[in-house]
Amino acid sequence: MGTTTDGTTEASGSPSAWAIEAVALDVGYGGHAVVEQIELALRPGGLLCLIGTNGSGKSTLLKTLAGLVHPVAGEVRVVGDAPGAQPARVGYLSQHPASSFTLPLRAADVVAMGRFAHLGLLRRVRPIDRSACAEAIERMGVAAFADAPLMELSGGQRQRVHLAQALARQADVLLLDEPTAGLDIEGRETFARAVAAERARGCAVVMSTHDIDDAETADLVLLLAGRIVAAGPPEQVLTPENLRASFGGTGVH
Amino acid sequence: MSGWLIEPFTDNEWLARALLAGVLVALACAVVGTFVVLRGLAFVADALAHGVLPGIAVAVLLGWPAVLGAAAGTVVMMGGVSVITRRSRLSGDTAIGLLFAGMLALGVMITSKSRSFFGDLTRIFTGDLFGVDATELLWQGIAVLFVMGVAWVCRRPFLLLSLEPELATTSGFHVCRYENLLLLIVAVAIVSSFQAVGTLLVFGMLLAPAATAALVTRRVGAMMAVAALVGSVSVYAGLLLSYHADLAGGASVVAVAVGIFLVTFAVTEVRRSVGTRRGTRVSHIESAHTHGGQHGHHH
Repeated sequence: MGTTTDGTTEASGSPSAWAIEAVALDVGYGGHAVVEQIELALRPGGLLCLIGTNGSGKSTLLKTLAGLVHPVAGEVRVVGDAPGAQPARVGYLSQHPASSFTLPLRAADVVAMGRFAHLGLLRRVRPIDRSACAEAIERMGVAAFADAPLMELSGGQRQRVHLAQALARQADVLLLDEPTAGLDIEGRETFARAVAAERARGCAVVMSTHDIDDAETADLVLLLAGRIVAAGPPEQVLTPENLRASFGGTGVH
Repeated sequence: MSGWLIEPFTDNEWLARALLAGVLVALACAVVGTFVVLRGLAFVADALAHGVLPGIAVAVLLGWPAVLGAAAGTVVMMGGVSVITRRSRLSGDTAIGLLFAGMLALGVMITSKSRSFFGDLTRIFTGDLFGVDATELLWQGIAVLFVMGVAWVCRRPFLLLSLEPELATTSGFHVCRYENLLLLIVAVAIVSSFQAVGTLLVFGMLLAPAATAALVTRRVGAMMAVAALVGSVSVYAGLLLSYHADLAGGASVVAVAVGIFLVTFAVTEVRRSVGTRRGTRVSHIESAHTHGGQHGHHH
């Protein structure tokens, strides 16, 4: 804590200083790697954008960081611990959040579920839980339909509700799979402000996206296509050649 | 009129006992049925309800308490469901369907060794609501308390599981453990209810009141409360029907419960089509609150 914290490489001496770190990480399913040799070091408050087409390995990497999928090989630490070991400090939003039509839940109830990681089985809901939910509802612009049943909301409204659920956790690391999918322009702006606020209070954010614009404010961009096409700061990674290599098929090498 | 509605229960102790037994079934099934409906476990619950048959058949043949056999059958079935859904390459439905048919066949085969084959089989399938004694009532009461206790303690993981199992994992809850606990209370509700309404009909009590409640409520707690109410009303109305028209008790109760579901379904569908004709989705949400009261006046 006391030493240089502004640099990105200085902190490597104490591993817990990184929000996320991965060394020679292979991610995939059932022992079969989708992406190999991932190296990551993201500081608290940092933003890592994962860019690539469907099937490029973005979701697999996010699920690995969330502890939903075991790493195939290599080492990975999230908030200084094994993935999934610190549920109260890590928020995760899946690519296709549930939209069950039988579930009688109001938008506000779905947001409140974001606090369950803090509450565990039996702890009573505290004022801090209520204020965290209220703040998340406010930030994602959910207040107008907070009392409406989830099943009556549009796709964009539901996505705001799920994002508010992730924010309500007040985590140290947020893992968001395609968070802007289904959001209109106003929703995207709301989301961008929420991400900026999270980062300002020291929360590291990892998100996958199809949208190059989303990645321009990132500290680190990982361009994926079933392998690492490029990794580094956005201005180095988001070059026409790299983008062609990951989006334009396999012809370019 | 009131004599026709209440006196049957005050005049006949066996009918009052049936009412109490039925309401206990309704309570256990409301709590468990809510999660069965939300989690989409209907088929698993059905399989469990029939998995108990061989156990009961063996117990009846050996002269043991049927509940013991039912419990043993459920444990075997739960283990089978749990293993097959996780390990098999077959789809869950296919695997559970096979297990269910196998257990059913085994149960009928064992029962056919009994001298009163059809009598026993009918009793197992449809229960004997009018033959419930004080000991069985006590066990039912304990089962209801157990089911409610587990559901209350595990309400958060159960809710997360119902919305999205991944969410349970990323919130720090062990999915396997809570899925097994959910199966356990489904099993307890079935075993404690089968003597009253039978293995076929318990399934109706598990689903119909909870499904009805899902149509009209906006919160899970409210869904359970409405399910308990619908279940209890079904028991009362079904018993009256059975008493006055001289019909089988358990079947009358379940028929009323399913009837209430169908009527509620029809009413909500009509309301919904009226609602969507009003305009876009957003204005529908806004109008849901304001027009809700007006709908009330029409009834």
